[in-house]
Amino acid sequence: MGCVEKLNYEVLIRHCSFREAAEYIRQNTPEYYEVPPGFKIFDVHIIGVPPILVGIEGEHIIFPYTKPCHGTFLLRVGGGEEIESLRRRGKRVR
Amino acid sequence: MTLPRDRGGTGAPRTALVMLGCPQLCAQTSGALFLLNELAACGIDAMVAGTSSACAHLEVGDPAGHYLGAHMDIDECIAELAEGEQDYDVCFVFIHNDAGVAYAATLASISGGATIALIFGEHAEELASGLEGIRCERHIIRGGHNPLPMKRTLREVVAWVASKN
Repeated sequence: MGCVEKLNYEVLIRHCSFREAAEYIRQNTPEYYEVPPGFKIFDVHIIGVPPILVGIEGEHIIFPYTKPCHGTFLLRVGGGEEIESLRRRGKRVR
Repeated sequence: MTLPRDRGGTGAPRTALVMLGCPQLCAQTSGALFLLNELAACGIDAMVAGTSSACAHLEVGDPAGHYLGAHMDIDECIAELAEGEQDYDVCFVFIHNDAGVAYAATLASISGGATIALIFGEHAEELASGLEGIRCERHIIRGGHNPLPMKRTLREVVAWVASKN
């Protein structure tokens, strides 16, 4: 199972709704992709209501991470090889 | 609602997933135990997926394991479904917050089974609107402390699901 705690992440927004997370990505990331629910990134399966957006900002990936008791967190993580993987597998929106 | 066994033409569901959200509202725990009993009475094997706290509520309420059988971490369950390692004929999701809506939408996308959203609590109607357009059957249940509306809904839903012979 993937565990987000293994990632060196920065929390951009905490305790938000998935819609707020998507809106942040739409407004603030120069490049972003639509992915289906359950999409695997960094060994984590993304939870959410479509359209789920994942952004690329320089060398970082910005994605929503949902916890049952605490809502959605928008995380910024060093992308590494996941950037190219996202570009291949995601549906580019911008 | 379409059950996967409708497509295969082989009768009633045999497996169910019961997905629990945050155990903040007490109607979830009593509702889940009641649902597990109803499913067992219909011969449907159930897997429970939840946070450690949500599962602990069931373990404390059912110490001899009369109702609670197999159970697992909610994110491990999502991983299994997303990877195609496991699936269920019908998935029940307890929802009383935004995260619950997100989990239900995810299940509706990654499971081939029917998704039944049990939306309860103070903001049930508003939360239900978040599932518009999602392949799931929505049930809005009044209240979050009184378990009786939940019980009535669960009895009706399970009877309908089990009747799909």
